[in-house]
Order: sequence, then structure tokens, then C-alpha cells
Amino acid sequence: MIKAPEPLELRVSNVTVGYPNGNVALRDASFHLSAGCICALVGINGSGKSTLFKSIMGFIRPTQGEVLISNQPVRTALKMNLVAYVPQSEEVDWTFPVSVWDVVLMGRYGYMNFLRISRAEDRRVAEESLARVGMLELRDRQIGELSGGQRKRVFLARALAQRSRVILLDEPFTGVDVKTEGTIIELLRELREAGHIILVSTHNLGSVPEFCDQVVLVNRTVLAFGPTVEIFTEANLARAFGGTLRHFRFDESTVQKHDGRSVTVLTDEERPLVFGKGGHLEYGQRAGRESVVEQRTEPEDES
Amino acid sequence: MIETLLMPFQYEYMLKAIFVSGLIGGVCAFLSCFVTLKGWSLMGDALSHSIVPGVAVAYQLGWPFAAGAFITGLLAALGMGFVKTKTRLREDAVIGVVFTSFFALGLLLISLFPARVDLRSIVFGNILGISDPDILQILIISGITLLVLGMKWNDLKLFCFDPNQARALGINTTVLHFTLLTLLSATAVAALQTVGACLVVAMLVTPGATAYLLTDRFGIMIGIAVSMGVSSSLAGAYASYFFDGSTGGCIVTLQSILFVVALVFGPKHGLLAARAKRKAAFLA
Repeated sequence: MIKAPEPLELRVSNVTVGYPNGNVALRDASFHLSAGCICALVGINGSGKSTLFKSIMGFIRPTQGEVLISNQPVRTALKMNLVAYVPQSEEVDWTFPVSVWDVVLMGRYGYMNFLRISRAEDRRVAEESLARVGMLELRDRQIGELSGGQRKRVFLARALAQRSRVILLDEPFTGVDVKTEGTIIELLRELREAGHIILVSTHNLGSVPEFCDQVVLVNRTVLAFGPTVEIFTEANLARAFGGTLRHFRFDESTVQKHDGRSVTVLTDEERPLVFGKGGHLEYGQRAGRESVVEQRTEPEDES
Repeated sequence: MIETLLMPFQYEYMLKAIFVSGLIGGVCAFLSCFVTLKGWSLMGDALSHSIVPGVAVAYQLGWPFAAGAFITGLLAALGMGFVKTKTRLREDAVIGVVFTSFFALGLLLISLFPARVDLRSIVFGNILGISDPDILQILIISGITLLVLGMKWNDLKLFCFDPNQARALGINTTVLHFTLLTLLSATAVAALQTVGACLVVAMLVTPGATAYLLTDRFGIMIGIAVSMGVSSSLAGAYASYFFDGSTGGCIVTLQSILFVVALVFGPKHGLLAARAKRKAAFLA
């Protein structure tokens, strides 16, 4: 296995990406991450989030600026198997005639010879990776015969088999059951402990504080980056998302017992479903529902 | 009876035709797996028509026909890429415009200089009258194609399945893209001799499409496609002696029959299997 000569670091410096039609998707984006972190790349669709993602993967060459991984340009880093990638489920052709095992072995191509013939070591690592995501029993299934969560885990196993120090995941929780989400997060934490850099592109705001210790906010550039607790503020998110976020203000809602201070739920694209302390449905607007609030006051007071 | 059946083997031209057809059928079938999975069927059709003007010019100038065909094939591919990036047209419209332009130009050239090259043999193929230098060209093309596919089929499989992963592994996908495109043009040239420009695309799609219906494994898919391509081409060329009909027509009709059989009786994805599965699900 090729070891990075430098300590692991991902550095994006002043990256600008323009498209032939004159659109500038990303201007002057900079951030850096060092070994042992899970970082969320957060932004709305069209914010240049996926452009930034593709620049880090080397799929797009920036018009200006550069991406360095352990002080190597992306292309060199890719050849050194430093970067693994877990695609969005929509990008994969699930009818393709390959089995779970075939897909995981694809993660080992970088270690194989010119003819891509797998050696015992490749098969051992592939097996171990499949076992790690709990998919070893399904190794002979065609990939289209798997559930959403299982599909995700196969591609995660492929990234594991690649033994890369930097792992990029594109919307890992879309179409995934709660159990798989837990498994993935658990695995990402283990990888962080082992000193990997995990970069997760997501618009699932709720899950970010759960497992990401770093955040990069993107809106046509990098608005802010750093530890989640410092960066994930209402003001920053408002800047990143503009007017597109849905608000759920508790003091305006049917949720009871406020003391003047406000609790806010922010969510992208979809409204949150909120249940009250008594297990009842809460509505975003209390106007017109005063009777509902009053009805609930009594039993709550009893308890 | 047996004497009649062995008749075609008494003629050298028939033996050559059967052998060359089988070889081309196999090579095309191997490639057809990548063509169908990459979604390049229309592209294959376009290329096989676009090489016609090149063949016409090459014969006129006394060049190897493969060289001329290859140049126009590549020009057409580049032309399609250019028009696609520069306009808002959808890909199918671009392919339609570009390949018919090339094909029309080819027909025009052939009709203007009819002495050296016969329009019929380009459009419908003429394997029975194939010359030895042409056979040599086909052998070279087939050899190179089989060698490249045999060595790089894993990379090409990954390129068709997940080009982003190929890039993430540091594999140069532009090279793979042009390799596949080059092999496609070269094989189309070879197949042109056997079945003619109109039916080349059948050789480059049908075996792969049939095999795809029969299996969920890439390696097995290649095996099925190649056996089907070889056997249908051998049988088609042989049968055309008795029908005294078009060799290309025989080969492609055979392949189409096999496709329909796979479509109906395929063990996993066939129509009957799907029906049985629905029934079982309903009863359960």
C-alpha cells in the first residue's frame, strides 16, 4: 500500500470554476481540513456544492486556484489511491450486470496490475470491507436486487476496500433506512478515529450536528468553514440558504409552554413534522388553531 | 442429402466467407456488450453509416478501405461531439443529422464514381466476393480489437458502469472513451464487408442485448454474446448458400430470432418468467 509522504491534509485554495457558457459556478473558494475529521459540505442545489465536490475529485479542472491533498495535486493523489468516492444513488445504473462482489472489487483496481486481475490480498480486503458493512452474505446478488440501504452500504464497502485516506460521500442518506443511516454514521466515526478525512455533501441539515465535527458552508463560494458548533449558526445558515429555508418557530406554533425565548427548527426543502411532549401533532402556525392549544392545556397541566 | 449439406464447403469462397463472418460476428458481439451497456447503440448505427464516404474515397484512391473508413468515422464522432456542445439540440437529433449527412455524401460519391466500387456491396455487404487483401485487413482489425478488449475489459466495464469511480482511481477516462470509439469504428468497418452498412448496427447491438436479457453477470454476458455472434454468423453465412440470398440478411435474421427467443423464454428476465413471477407473487 502506498503511504502518503506528507501528513494527511485537504487544502482547497481560491478555487474558481467557470463553465464554457460563461457561468461561474464557484468563485474563490478556500478551506482546509486535516486528518481525523468528518466534514459536511452544506449548500442548496445550484450553490456550487457539487462543483466544489467534483473539483476535489479532479472531475473538473478549476479555472483558477488549486486543490491539494497532502500537498499533492488531485491527479497525483488519485493515482496514489488517496481518494475514494461514494456516489449518489441516482448516478448508478442499478440494472448493470454486476454483483455486489464485482462492485467491491472495483475499489481495488488501483492496486491491481495492468490486466486488473485480483490477487489474494485484494480479495481479502474486499471480503473484510463487505463484512464491515454487514453485506458479506449478499455478495453474489446483482446490485439491483438490493434495498436502498443495502445499495448504499455496497458502495461504502467499495470505498473501504480502496483503503483511501480521504473519502467523499455524495448525499449518503438519501433513500436510506434509519438502521443503515446509523450504521453509516458509526462507520464514519470509526474512520475518523483512524485518522481519515471524511467529506459529506448533504442538504440534510438535521443530521449535520449529529455526526459532523466540521462544516463548510457553500453558496457560490465558501461562506464559512470550521467546527460545527461555531459555523452552524442561524445567521450563517440564513446566508447560505437565502430565503429557501423553511422555518418552524415554536413561539408561533402550537407547541406549548414558551417563556419568550424562541426555539427554531430549520429545514431545507421539506417542512418538519413536529410532535409535542404529549405525543400530539404540532402545527407551524397557531393562528386559527387556538382551540387546539386550549384543549391540550388541561391534560398537560394535570401531569 | 449429406452431400447437399456439405456442398458449400467445397467452394473456397464459401469457406472464406463462413470463416470471416464467424470472426467478425464474434468481435462485434464482444464489443456489443459495451455498446449496449454504455447506451451507445445509436452511436454504433451512426458510425456504421458515417464510414461509407470514407470507404468510397479509399477505394477510389486505392487505399486500404479501413483507413478511409476510420477517418470519416472519427470525423463523424467528433462532429457529433462538436454540434452537441455548441447547440441546444438533443443528442438523438445531433446523431440523426450528422450520420445521415455522412451517409448521403457517401452515396453521392459512389454514384459519381461508380467504376471501382459497387454501391450494393457497401450498403448490403458482399462477403461472398471478398478479396484476400480485404480479408487481411479484417484479420488485423479483429486481432487488435480482441487484444485490446481482452486486456482492458475490466477497465472498460468500470468505465461503462461508473466513470466517476474510474476517474477516482486515477484512470484516464478520456483515453477509454476514445479507445471504445476507435474500436467501434474499426469493427464497423470490418462488419461492413459482411453485412453491409445498413445492418452493421445489428451485429454491434443484438448479441449484447440478447445476452443482457439472459444473465446478471458481466463475464457470462460476454460469453453468451460472443457464442451467439460467432454461431449465428457461421450459420448465417452457411445458410445463405442455399437461399442464394443476402448473407447479411441471413445472419441478422438469425440473431433477431435468438433475441426474440431470449425475450420470451429468458429464465430470469424473460416475458414468461416475469409472468410466472407475477402469478407466484399474486398467489403468495
